[in-house]
Amino acid sequence: MSAVSGALPGAISPGRPDPHRLGHGSGHGHGATGHGEGGPASKFVTVAYGFWIFLLSDIIMFSAFFAAYAVLAKEIAGGPAGRDLFELPRVAIQTGLLLTSSFTCGLGSLASHRRDMVWTQIWLLVTGILGAAFLILEVQEFAGMIEEGAGPSRSAFLSAFFALVGCHGLHVGMGLLWLGTMIAQLWVKGFRADILRRLQCFNLFWHALDIIWIAIFTLVYLLGASP
Amino acid sequence: MLGKLDWSAIPFDEPIPLIAALVVFLAAIGVLAWITVKGFWPYLWREWITSVDHKRIGVMYVLLAGLMLLRGFVDAIMMRTQQIAAVHGPGYLPPDHYDQIFSAHGTIMIFFGAMPFMIGLMNFVVPLQLGVRDVAFPTLNSVSFWLTASGALLVNISLVIGEFARTGWLPYAPLSELDYSPGVGVDYYLWAIQISGVGTLMTGVNLVATILKMRAPGMGYLRMPMFCWTSLAANLLIVAAFPILTATLAMLTLDRYLGFHFFTNGAGGNPMMFMNLIWAWGHPEVYILVLPAFGIFSEVFSTFSSKPLFGYRSMVAATLFICIVSFMVWLHHFFTMGAGADVNAAFGIATSIIAVGTGVKVYNWLFTMYGGRIRFDTPMLWAIGFITTFTIGGMTGVLLAVPPADFMLHNSMFLVAHFHNVIIAGVLFGAFAGFTYWFPKAFGFRLHEGWGKAAFWFTLLGFILVFLPLYIVGLQGMTRRLQHIEIDPWVPWLIVAACGILVMIVGAACQITQLVVSIRHRDELRDETGDPWDGRSLEWSTSSPPPSFNFARLPHVGGEEAYWTIKQRRIEMQDSGEEPAYEPIEMPKNSPTGFVAAFFATLVGFALIWHIWWLAIIGLVGAYATFVVFAWRDVADYEVSAEELERIERAGRAAWFKHREELA
Repeated sequence: MSAVSGALPGAISPGRPDPHRLGHGSGHGHGATGHGEGGPASKFVTVAYGFWIFLLSDIIMFSAFFAAYAVLAKEIAGGPAGRDLFELPRVAIQTGLLLTSSFTCGLGSLASHRRDMVWTQIWLLVTGILGAAFLILEVQEFAGMIEEGAGPSRSAFLSAFFALVGCHGLHVGMGLLWLGTMIAQLWVKGFRADILRRLQCFNLFWHALDIIWIAIFTLVYLLGASP
Repeated sequence: MLGKLDWSAIPFDEPIPLIAALVVFLAAIGVLAWITVKGFWPYLWREWITSVDHKRIGVMYVLLAGLMLLRGFVDAIMMRTQQIAAVHGPGYLPPDHYDQIFSAHGTIMIFFGAMPFMIGLMNFVVPLQLGVRDVAFPTLNSVSFWLTASGALLVNISLVIGEFARTGWLPYAPLSELDYSPGVGVDYYLWAIQISGVGTLMTGVNLVATILKMRAPGMGYLRMPMFCWTSLAANLLIVAAFPILTATLAMLTLDRYLGFHFFTNGAGGNPMMFMNLIWAWGHPEVYILVLPAFGIFSEVFSTFSSKPLFGYRSMVAATLFICIVSFMVWLHHFFTMGAGADVNAAFGIATSIIAVGTGVKVYNWLFTMYGGRIRFDTPMLWAIGFITTFTIGGMTGVLLAVPPADFMLHNSMFLVAHFHNVIIAGVLFGAFAGFTYWFPKAFGFRLHEGWGKAAFWFTLLGFILVFLPLYIVGLQGMTRRLQHIEIDPWVPWLIVAACGILVMIVGAACQITQLVVSIRHRDELRDETGDPWDGRSLEWSTSSPPPSFNFARLPHVGGEEAYWTIKQRRIEMQDSGEEPAYEPIEMPKNSPTGFVAAFFATLVGFALIWHIWWLAIIGLVGAYATFVVFAWRDVADYEVSAEELERIERAGRAAWFKHREELA
């Protein structure tokens, strides 16, 4: 094969060189910026990174619900307003539960780094129980409001409230389903690389729900309950 | 048991949709029967339906887009002919049906024609250009595709079972609320778009992660081909904009299903909020479509001018500028809704400014051609057709960006002409250019040039004939979406537009003929080199069609225009032909997850449209079970051994050297 000589395929023509190279790098290797030098990133990095991007998109979705809430917060249509409905002690307990569940989720992550099956499972289970308790309180709150005739179809304010807080609650519920599946999977399959990646994603997800809850807690409940 | 579904859902009294549906149904049955008789099912299942290969998925996206473009084109033909048939008369489409036609036309063209076409091309090309073996998340990619197909299926089911929305391609509230649209039409729209929207969002996440985290060694950001840059920008827009669409449609769904009051007239609802939210997604969406097309044109202009792209870095800057500013102009879609002079002025100025980024690009393309050795192959024709006609569309856009002018032209045929002018000349021509340009890479043979050129000229001529008259009737005061025409001076122009669509039909026929002729003459059109256009980026460095793993060894990138550099070095060094040492590689295994999940998604969507709650629950449980089964699998990859790589590569190299010898 090395014997082949002469010009390469006639189709290859150098064309006219561009002496000024306007808008191009120097071509001596300094032009390359960013993290391309080492080739593709590891799977762990790619998965966590991709999941972060998904979480950012999820946060944008919440921001649309927040925006709708901001627009409609005063539209009570003669019905009850936030200060008539919100019970701050309950919300304080909910906040405590959710933030503690994030802490235990983090402890579970640390235990998984030690490959400690028992403690990983215990912390994941505690996380799940705290999350479920949070959800029960929220469902109670919703049920109470609907019973009082302050359901989502009462006013635009309540529509926006139920949609925003309910969307967060739905995320927590989906998180619990995911968590239960992960607990079973971890138990059966052990600390496999792909399962550790998923655990990492679950951690990111659970913490992101905290961030959103803090915004809900402040913008919806604290501001709404103030006179 | 079956919710709202009964025999009255089938439009026995309306012959047009019924016959159309019957024809489609028979054609589908015919294709399925043919596949069964020929025994192709195992092959299709193994190699395509369950494939997680980004190239196969890209091809399937483009195929879906092609079919849907045809479907949307039929709607367009009906609209144009109805308007000349209904002068002082009823025409052949009753208002109720006509409204569904224009709604379906817009929905299908944007969501199931243009979007899948662009996503398909990005899917196919981006990993090849980056010099890697697949996208970041191959199985997720398959899920994305099948969810898009599921949405397309639901829209087409609405043709026979029930009805489609009559609200326009964006279901403006309060018209789309239950009070004014009590039927299932809007529900079809909501669930079809919601399901395919999830697919699109996943594609966005996937491609952003791919471009930012998976590049061949040495491929720094400012060495990426322009198409990768515009794909990055478009996918960032998907990630940032599609969640707004999801939220907005979810709010409308809550209004319709559970009696919420987001956009209703009563109880404090705010219909204006719908316009704001939907266009906060809708305007970036325009750029999601056109930015990849800009990338395609950049590749085409540079390749067929035999020159590097002029002003590469200013092109990158212009792309990112458009990416950001596209989020700051949405209000220009409703200047007339009374936001006030100050707000209108701010958005008018922002809209004019975004044209600067596009202007930079246009000049860069012109300077790329200047002094180059231009070859007028079909992709280049589409690109030149684009640059001339798109500029007109861009200028009418800047005209519409001036609020006082917009007050005159809002919702007129002038607006319709404007956005078709940019979207056909920009996105559709871009899609066709990319299709012709990368077809040899996907299948190993070129498309027939003669038929391709005929398709170009007929499409271009037809397009001008359709839309220039629409500008004029728009200036004469004709509003959009008219089911019948009572003003005589418009009629001659509408007849010209109808003739134009005849010419476009010829163009589409040429396009189909081109495909058929090329497949039949594939041996004469075969390309052994993998580089039929004398390309400059890495996709041309591998064989056509590329092996499942794309590159036996990841290329090392030493500068911009990675393959051009490698090719030049080969010429200088007279390539020693020394064989590198191969290492076994791992490739992701095929998986039916995407197909099965989309099957359940279709069930859920259909069930929710018709209020068949038990079926929706079954679908949701099925989808969850599908993902658990996927998560439970033990072997995710298969290995391609070093010997296998060597064998495949040796065959490819032999073809390359044989070609060189023949030319020498």
